[in-house]
Amino acid sequence: MADKIRVLLAKPGLDGHDRGIKVIAAAFRDAGFEVIYTGLRQTPEQIVTAAIQEDVDAVGVSILSGAHMILFPAILELLKKEGGEDILLFGGGIISKEDMVDLKKAGVAKLYTPGATTTEIVDWLKSAVKDKKSDEKIL
Amino acid sequence: MSLYDKFLDGSVIALSRIISHIENLRPGYQELLSRLYRRTNGIYRIGLTGPPGAGKSSLVNLLAGQLADDGRRVAVICVDPSSPFTGGAFLGDRIRMQDIPVDKGVFIRSMGSRGSTGGLAAATSNVTVALDAFGFDTLIIETVGVGQMELDIIDACDTVVVTLVPESGDAIQALKAGLMEIADVFAVNKSDRAGAEQMLYDLKSALEMRTEKSKWEVPVIATQALHKKNTEELLRLILEHKSFLETSGQLSHIRGLQLQKKVETVITRLVFRDISSNILSDGVLEKAVDKIMKGEEDPYSAGMRLYKRFKLGS
Amino acid sequence: MFDKAFLEKLAEYKKKWEDEAKEIPQNSRSRFMTISSDDVEILYGPESVDMSNYMDKIGFPGEFPYTRGVHKTMYRSKMWTMRQFSGMGSPKQTNERYHYLLKQGTNGLSVAFDLPTLMGYDSDSDRSLGEVGKCGVAVDTLADMETIFDGIDTSKISTSMTINAPASILLAMYIALSEKKGVPSNKLTGTLQNDILKEYIAQKEWIYPPEPSIRLITDMMQFCSDHVPGWNTISISGYHIREAGATAAQELAFTLADGFQYVESAIAAGQDVDVFAKRLSFFFNAHQDFFEEIAKYRAARRIWAKRMRYKYNAKKERSWLLRFHTQTAGCSLTAQQPENNLMRTAFQALSGVLGGTQSLHTNSMDETLALPSEKAVLLALRTQQIIMQETGVTNTIDPLAGSYFVEHMTDKIEAAAEAYFDEIERRGGVLQCIEEGYFQRELAKSAYRYQKEIENGERIIVGVNEYVMEEDIDIPVLRIDETVADNQVASLNKIKETRDNDKTKRTLEELTECAKGNGNTMKAILDCVRVYATEGEIVDAMRPVFGEYTEPPMF
Repeated sequence: MADKIRVLLAKPGLDGHDRGIKVIAAAFRDAGFEVIYTGLRQTPEQIVTAAIQEDVDAVGVSILSGAHMILFPAILELLKKEGGEDILLFGGGIISKEDMVDLKKAGVAKLYTPGATTTEIVDWLKSAVKDKKSDEKIL
Repeated sequence: MSLYDKFLDGSVIALSRIISHIENLRPGYQELLSRLYRRTNGIYRIGLTGPPGAGKSSLVNLLAGQLADDGRRVAVICVDPSSPFTGGAFLGDRIRMQDIPVDKGVFIRSMGSRGSTGGLAAATSNVTVALDAFGFDTLIIETVGVGQMELDIIDACDTVVVTLVPESGDAIQALKAGLMEIADVFAVNKSDRAGAEQMLYDLKSALEMRTEKSKWEVPVIATQALHKKNTEELLRLILEHKSFLETSGQLSHIRGLQLQKKVETVITRLVFRDISSNILSDGVLEKAVDKIMKGEEDPYSAGMRLYKRFKLGS
Repeated sequence: MFDKAFLEKLAEYKKKWEDEAKEIPQNSRSRFMTISSDDVEILYGPESVDMSNYMDKIGFPGEFPYTRGVHKTMYRSKMWTMRQFSGMGSPKQTNERYHYLLKQGTNGLSVAFDLPTLMGYDSDSDRSLGEVGKCGVAVDTLADMETIFDGIDTSKISTSMTINAPASILLAMYIALSEKKGVPSNKLTGTLQNDILKEYIAQKEWIYPPEPSIRLITDMMQFCSDHVPGWNTISISGYHIREAGATAAQELAFTLADGFQYVESAIAAGQDVDVFAKRLSFFFNAHQDFFEEIAKYRAARRIWAKRMRYKYNAKKERSWLLRFHTQTAGCSLTAQQPENNLMRTAFQALSGVLGGTQSLHTNSMDETLALPSEKAVLLALRTQQIIMQETGVTNTIDPLAGSYFVEHMTDKIEAAAEAYFDEIERRGGVLQCIEEGYFQRELAKSAYRYQKEIENGERIIVGVNEYVMEEDIDIPVLRIDETVADNQVASLNKIKETRDNDKTKRTLEELTECAKGNGNTMKAILDCVRVYATEGEIVDAMRPVFGEYTEPPMF
């Protein structure tokens, strides 16, 4: 039996627009994923702590307030610090093309803007998780 | 460095990944568990169960915070239901656990029930072993809480707290017998609401009427997680139950029983695995069903016939 | 309206017509439905509407039950207000923008605050990282509000403030800065959004749990009735509920239910419905389904008028009127082919006008990509002006009344709202529904269903799942300078050094005491504001008494 895909969904920053992230959460659940939702207004520390403890394959965040250039890099840096650099970080929000280029360069695996379908996000995550399976020795 | 070595080194992410190995029954997980078990120190396990909306997560949030403040090394497992159709799950208990400061080292893990119906996930008690071996001394387990009897918790915990709210009157009627037997402490949460007094009274009378009395008198406490009211008192009662277990010798009695079940489970799982790979492979089952449908055999003799073949084979 | 014999004959004829129509191949869409997934018939006629009680149901504009509009002469006397909401960066920049707007002839200002201010955090809080001055102006103390309104006569303008959880504090600052200019509070006019219930349901900018939040609001309503009679205390908002995924009926029902909750809370606090009700107004979304939206506004007026009159026994006509602001639907805009959003916004704005709105904000076409550019903002405003000056829709009042379809939809959406009111009641009322996450779950379900309809092709969005193009979008990006945050923190520190800190501390302690007891919190907050307590300090002073809100579980 293949392992369940586990994803952490979180909203950093102060904006409370959670329609998008809740639609994604429902779509992920229906796709058979285990979705850990930590709610609104999570600091990068809270998000990374949860991601590490829950051993998720990916972290998805939604930012609509314009603080993405500060929050995405902060999350990436903390993931790295905690040894979770193989955890995929993806996200969505109102993000300009230039910012997207910069964020991808910084290590964000995938970014979506309004209009993306849940199907494409589910498919992307499935294949991205498949590609990264590690062969770390257990014992 | 193997994952296990990192685990021994105190790496949280290694612990976390080891838990996933156990949860997913990845190859070699039994060997891993047997090594981990040898490093355990008898972690103290508190279980919280109760109907949906009783505020379990909020209470866990406060209890875990208080325990951490007292210098304990605390872990939390929260179980949520998995969809029986897609296998997906929405694990949202962390939303209510925001007060636990990130820097206190409290470890929270969410688990999907993945087909289990007893309120926990099949792997929950094995995950406990990993947490124990890592050095946590106190564990809080929150059950699924979908409003049915969730009895798995008796086999996974030392102290069981049953959480209710004034509105759960009807739920109790349905669950009364079981609830009375599993609870070591009752917490009536949201006790500022109408009906709280009545519920406290009902619970106390029901407890008094119990015929089979133990030396532990099950306390009933009114709490308000929202206003942080009486939650310290709740913790005090829980810890009182802990010392009762320790001084009365009950603890080792309970744990003995739990170990018995644990060994049974390990055997059952191995036998089942053998059955799956030996009897149920190669379409044997489908052929048997075919015969039954044609009226050539009945399910009972088919079962006996196949089992005999398995025994001869082993 | 039609006699029985005629209707019977008509039914017979319609049957025949339908049978013939069935023979004609129709396009392949599996369902004909509104944007709210509500099925629509192929044809509506006299049989679709009960007009027997015309005067009770529809009547005349400016007369009960106001289905056709709240004013007798509507746009012939007073056009809707083109109220474009804006806010930016530092208090100083905002002040400059306001002086510019006033010079262009604006007589009303609409303040957008940044997220830390909306959430009750100071600019130097860890929580404010990356957010200071981003979605609006940053306000920490009275000094910032003094800067924003420097050189502006607050007795001459009306000021609208989009603020909810900490609304009392910002209103207090406005009162205090006006006092210092010599303008007494009874000369002030303006509006606060101050609708905390929809925050729990949809927008999620909350601080305290519902009950103490309602107390803050009723305290303020009392205070305004006594001291700031020209102030519109709550703008009960469906906009955000719709944006979070609601159907038209859900937007209508949940918003009006919130409105009734405020009315009941104020009455329970001993206030006179005919004193405070005229100070309540509404804020609705204009979404993409043209006729459904018009029906929604018409039904809204009718429901509110009837309840205010018959259930809450309001005696004055003014208390029965549902006046509303409209904003076009941000969630309907697409990142793909952004210019298409101009057309979307125009149709939506038109439905708001045909629905009889009192004021209107039109979105900019590039809002799914970034903060709106100047050109996009101008086009949004021009859209309103074209509707107003060129289309002719303002010549006659409620021009779609009497349309079999629109009247049918108006009745239907009213009935759907009534069914929701019953359900809310059955679940123990609005506050109980919020606590158990009923509204939030209903919205999440609708939003998910809508998304699935798009993905399985039942619903076509131009440029998204049909008429898709490879495109290279090049929209200029407006960036907010990060130095805004640094400067804001520096000026906050300066205030903390120069104010009388003992006095501030004492006043804050008095606020805590007031919150514990039954005093009017608005008065105590005003005292804190006057001695330059920060917004964050004031919020924190009440936090230990009121507690903090946590969102309920989602599924």
